[in-house]
Amino acid sequence: MKIRKNIPLIDQHDKYGFWGGKFGGNYVPETLKKPIEDLASNFSKLRKNKSFTKKKNYYFKNYVGAPTRFIKLNNLSRNLNGAQIWAKVVSDANGGAHKIYNAVVHALICKYMGKKYIVGDTGAGYAGKMLSMAAKKFGLKCKIFMGAKDIKRQKPNCDAIRKNGAEIVPVFTGSQTLVDAVSECMRYWVSNCDTTHMCVGSTVGPNIFVKICGYSTSQISKELKFQLINTFKKIPKKIKLINCVGGGSSAYGFWSEFIDYPKSQIELIGVEAGGPKNSKLHAAPLTHNAKLGILHGAASYVCQNKEGQIKETDSISAGLDYPGVSPIHCFLKDTRRARYTSVTDEDALKAYKIVRKFENLNPSLEPSHAFAEAIKIAPKLSKDTIIIVNSCGDAIKDRDILKKFNL
Amino acid sequence: MKNLISQAFTQAKNQRRPALITYTVAGDNTKKNSLEILNSISKQVDICEIGFPHNTPIADGGQIQTSSYRALKNGIKINDVFKIVKNFKRTKKTKPVILMGYYNMVFQFGEIRFLEKCKKSGVDGIIIVDLPWPENKKFSKKCKKRGICFIQLIAPTTDKKRLKNIIKDSHDMIYYISMLSTTGGKLKVSTNKILKNYSMIKKINKAKNCVIGFGITKKNISKLKKADGLVVGSAICSEITNSLKKKQNIVTNVSKLVMNLKMKIL
Repeated sequence: MKIRKNIPLIDQHDKYGFWGGKFGGNYVPETLKKPIEDLASNFSKLRKNKSFTKKKNYYFKNYVGAPTRFIKLNNLSRNLNGAQIWAKVVSDANGGAHKIYNAVVHALICKYMGKKYIVGDTGAGYAGKMLSMAAKKFGLKCKIFMGAKDIKRQKPNCDAIRKNGAEIVPVFTGSQTLVDAVSECMRYWVSNCDTTHMCVGSTVGPNIFVKICGYSTSQISKELKFQLINTFKKIPKKIKLINCVGGGSSAYGFWSEFIDYPKSQIELIGVEAGGPKNSKLHAAPLTHNAKLGILHGAASYVCQNKEGQIKETDSISAGLDYPGVSPIHCFLKDTRRARYTSVTDEDALKAYKIVRKFENLNPSLEPSHAFAEAIKIAPKLSKDTIIIVNSCGDAIKDRDILKKFNL
Repeated sequence: MKNLISQAFTQAKNQRRPALITYTVAGDNTKKNSLEILNSISKQVDICEIGFPHNTPIADGGQIQTSSYRALKNGIKINDVFKIVKNFKRTKKTKPVILMGYYNMVFQFGEIRFLEKCKKSGVDGIIIVDLPWPENKKFSKKCKKRGICFIQLIAPTTDKKRLKNIIKDSHDMIYYISMLSTTGGKLKVSTNKILKNYSMIKKINKAKNCVIGFGITKKNISKLKKADGLVVGSAICSEITNSLKKKQNIVTNVSKLVMNLKMKIL
């Protein structure tokens, strides 16, 4: 298994859609084969289409608001007294998180394909909120599938989705979280694929959805590369890019431009949700060496039991609370290009508190996991090491949870 | 000798009726009851399709999901599914059994080990919902090698070229999904339209036994009599759910429903 150079990672799959010969693919019901093929062929044409790219870039700049800030966290760095800590403030993006990139691209594709309806899943509610925003912007009718548990814990985003005129379909099956929302959304698409476009909210699902999402979020690292050169005149010698990983869309987007650099120069660190401290439940398949399995149309490392039943997960952060992970991250793990670890609910909250104390930044619980790892390793590292955390979401949505902890 | 699935179709054809195929979830609502249901309905049914339940079923509607979760809650394991088949086959040697489920369970069990276990338990055919053509080519060959029929699915979205390829690689039986829907949806296309698509499949290869499933109930089953076989699943699952709600005998109620379905296609 090897990563090829000078080719975007999203394109390094075989003809059956597998990365590294075993991650990804298309494990879908026959009904979805044709819609997926159509989407794949449309996407491959659109990517090469100059007017589409121009349009995408236009909306990224004028609607999403590119580039998002790249800032040094001076107080935090001084306090930790080790590596410099920087943040790519992706939560600056319109709507407050990286999910807007994928949403805009899917809405544009939906328009090009002549479909009027768009559906999507959401965990933390950001994917749903952004899709409802993009749908409104481009005049599409939108439905969002969301687990009943998540609807309760991410109310601010639900309010936003409804305000944008989209319908939230609550999902009551299973653990009533993201995994069930994705399943229900796929079921809905099976029944309505003739009129409706589906947006998968992360770099998961059948091959083409991994690709579209990765293509969209790669905007983050394109901006960062430019900003690094602008700030340091060239790409610095010791960089660590730390990103939380649920499905893995923001992490892929944050890393994609840097994968070809040697690991010794740019280390990629993915932080999964370790769940509550004294619980066996977590949402960290890569950290816990979960077995390869099939979930939502793709093969990846999945939290599951011996029989292949998908295991329940637990995390304070709804956006990371998912038993599977992107096939791309499995590929990055097995090729040892990226390293994965996990952070508990408690440590994520602690990190949130520290960041809030020292900086004018309000990272949601998802990137707080990444900050926790940064805070942990920074003191041991040299001052010329540049740690960059992708602050990929804003904590407004976590208002109710944070209140519970008096934060 | 022809396999049991083909024999069942021949028998039904001789009686000038479609084969009746029922789908029940193994272990729904208990291991014991699901075996009793199978034993009881097997007099009316030509082929028994048995689901091995998965907790993330992306192609199943509410009724089958409810049955699957119920069975899993009651502790069904994959080996129990094989045991149910084995016990059923002990008395109903000639009744063909098809296992239906999602690929992850086969994958975790190991393809070869799964198929060997199928063979030992008396499974005649397999449907894997999320292993479409051409990804299923290798697995389908492994099935054939062991005399197990791998049943290809065809949907209204399947285009002509693909259709031809799938039929070419299919075994004795193919399954046409009546409409764009998960299992158990309300039949939203006319039965005429369904039969038109069905005829198109038959035109490509008359010899393949083609069954129609998804959305078939006692209300519409008689209108689809022309098909080689008809699958009823969700209607049975919801009968189990209703019987449980009303605290009535599941086995009797399901048997009555199946009898009723059979009468409509005679």
